[in-house]
Amino acid sequence: MFARPSAPPAGCSGIEGVRVNHRNGGDPLVEVRSVKKYFPIRKGLLQREVARVHAVDDVTFSVREGETLGLVGESGCGKSTLGRTIVRLLEPTAGSVLFQGRDISKLGRRELRPLRREMQIVFQDPYASLNPRKRVGSIIGNPLKIHGIGDSKSRHKQVQELLETVGLSPEHYNRFPHEFSGGQRQRIGVARALALHPKLIVADEPVSALDVSIQSQMLNLLDDLQNEFQLTYIFIAHDLGVVRHVSDRIAVMYLGKLVELSPAEELYQRPIMPYTEALLSAVPIPDPDLSAKRERIVLEGDVPSPINPPSGCRFHPRCRYMTDICKEVEPPLVDYGKGHLAACHHPLNVDKATLERATVSQRYTPETADEGAKPQEPGKEEARPIPRRR
Amino acid sequence: MAEPLLEVKDLKVSFRTEDGVVRAVDGVSFTVDQGEVLGIVGESGSGKSVTMMSVLRLINDPNMRVEGEVIYKGRDLMKLHKDEMQEVRGDEIAMIFQDPMTSLNPVYRVGDQIVEAIVTHQAFDKPAGKKRAVELLRQVGIPHAEARVDDFPHQFSGGMRQRAMIAMALANNPDILIADEPTTALDVTIQAQIIELIDKLKDDFNSAVVLITHDLGVVAEIANEIIVMYAGRVVERAPKRQLFYDPQMPYTWGLLGSIPRLDRPKQERLHSIKGMPPSLINLPEGCKFRPRCPHAFDKCMEEPELVNRVEEHGHLDRCWLSVADKRRLRGETITGEEAA
Repeated sequence: MFARPSAPPAGCSGIEGVRVNHRNGGDPLVEVRSVKKYFPIRKGLLQREVARVHAVDDVTFSVREGETLGLVGESGCGKSTLGRTIVRLLEPTAGSVLFQGRDISKLGRRELRPLRREMQIVFQDPYASLNPRKRVGSIIGNPLKIHGIGDSKSRHKQVQELLETVGLSPEHYNRFPHEFSGGQRQRIGVARALALHPKLIVADEPVSALDVSIQSQMLNLLDDLQNEFQLTYIFIAHDLGVVRHVSDRIAVMYLGKLVELSPAEELYQRPIMPYTEALLSAVPIPDPDLSAKRERIVLEGDVPSPINPPSGCRFHPRCRYMTDICKEVEPPLVDYGKGHLAACHHPLNVDKATLERATVSQRYTPETADEGAKPQEPGKEEARPIPRRR
Repeated sequence: MAEPLLEVKDLKVSFRTEDGVVRAVDGVSFTVDQGEVLGIVGESGSGKSVTMMSVLRLINDPNMRVEGEVIYKGRDLMKLHKDEMQEVRGDEIAMIFQDPMTSLNPVYRVGDQIVEAIVTHQAFDKPAGKKRAVELLRQVGIPHAEARVDDFPHQFSGGMRQRAMIAMALANNPDILIADEPTTALDVTIQAQIIELIDKLKDDFNSAVVLITHDLGVVAEIANEIIVMYAGRVVERAPKRQLFYDPQMPYTWGLLGSIPRLDRPKQERLHSIKGMPPSLINLPEGCKFRPRCPHAFDKCMEEPELVNRVEEHGHLDRCWLSVADKRRLRGETITGEEAA
């Protein structure tokens, strides 16, 4: 690791060289508070906004230093948008993102510049995310160049070290992306993300495009890198098997909402929200007898559009346990203990005692908007009654 | 046993390129029986797609060379005139492809594309064809089929487009439906729907299915028989349960071990197959998996034949290790698994 020339930003722990036991996690590195990200749909000559895509719709959670938070959901749930908003590739429409205790939601480009060294992103498509006209050495070295680190010679050396770190040959410095396979390209993307030794890496579906045997190489690599560089990961994926393997905690999103948040094992043993139950049941198991025995919940219909999300609980049109209240009232995120939160009027796998102890999560109650954020939507401030079991 | 519906005999497909001859399919043989689901499993570059596209003669490359026979209903499809092949394709053997957005023509309405498939092969006129198309869309679970039939592909979601493709493929009641990675581009809950749909429709339409995929979970669900391909060859072939519970090829163990399993306790480290698939231009000598195989020994310099080495009939593999050794060694690879 090379020494950073500038001091860490004010307001963060920023102590160099502290070894965090990453599985237990430390202080919150990232805090997402009531973040919303809407995209306007404009029509007509005057380009009026006629509708909005509610890509991320009031999401709150935090990510502890050293942990891996899995962010799971299907197409259109907002996970990629959320990932990009966290690293400020997008600016939140409302709410705030805090990095090491500092609000980064509204920072301008210049102020963001030093922060970019601390948070990086690996993209899903290894074919689209590397500039095909640049050599690999240049692609990986670019972040170093932009941040004025070292000189040409030292950068060259660093890039070669990075290539080795991700399991590629340093001799391939001068090759172009098309000369590599998908898995290798993904490694290049990882090397690029590592170049600045960030604290946080948002990995947006890093293995979805890879064959299963290459996938496992990549997951093992990401694991090793996390240990070696004390990284914090936000791992975005739709494959629950993969997510379980890498994550300490998992956040499940549906149509822009956070519907369940739990330590990884707990989620798989005791999913509370019916959507999570359906997601788990949809994952094919490479074991014919087990596969034949288990109950498969196959959801009807498609995921609705985030332009016009359903009323009440957004999952209600596809939910087998749906009742009237689900159509009318949006369920709050309730804390069922052991770090397991879920938003559902008819929670599964929750016994009576736990139900009675459950409280509406403190983390959900939207704090008054931070300065500069747009006003919150009306009607969400009151505490909800504790959901009753049907 | 009844006659197989389709018999592929020693199929070889190669492409001449600037860098040399790419041997995409290098001597593949298998059969498809009536009413069965054959899973062809392999990773990128294994030759699985090229095999089935060659069966249907869908590849039109002047640098391509094809050898071998594909016997269907007593005729060798490789020897048919292209008009005769056109009659088979879409009517008796149909295919659906991986990415429904690129396989459906974006400038034609979905209904029209299905109607085209129908009127090409059956004596329907367009209005009658359209009625049949609506019915098919209903059968594949598209809600409001009468309205959706006039939509364009971009107005359908990914799952719906795949269903539309399935409707198109089944429109003429084919004997064999070839599905090339039908669920790979889809979300996991939609994937489950599509698998369930294919499973149901094969009974409704009495079609055999050839399912090409890299996802062992999917074949575990609906396949009867499975072929594992590597470097253009079949390296293992077995009835489903035998493949999963008594796999004989180290490559198969590697595939099984690489999958993070939801039904087992979390592993510390995923098993991974070291290295990369071989170049199809410069294939390694002897067993093609040898460079990546942790159990390779000197005999592996000679390529094994695909033969039955285990007690069970119908389970073939290409590995020199003794059956006893295989059963002993694979436990470490397929982490924690014990031989059935």
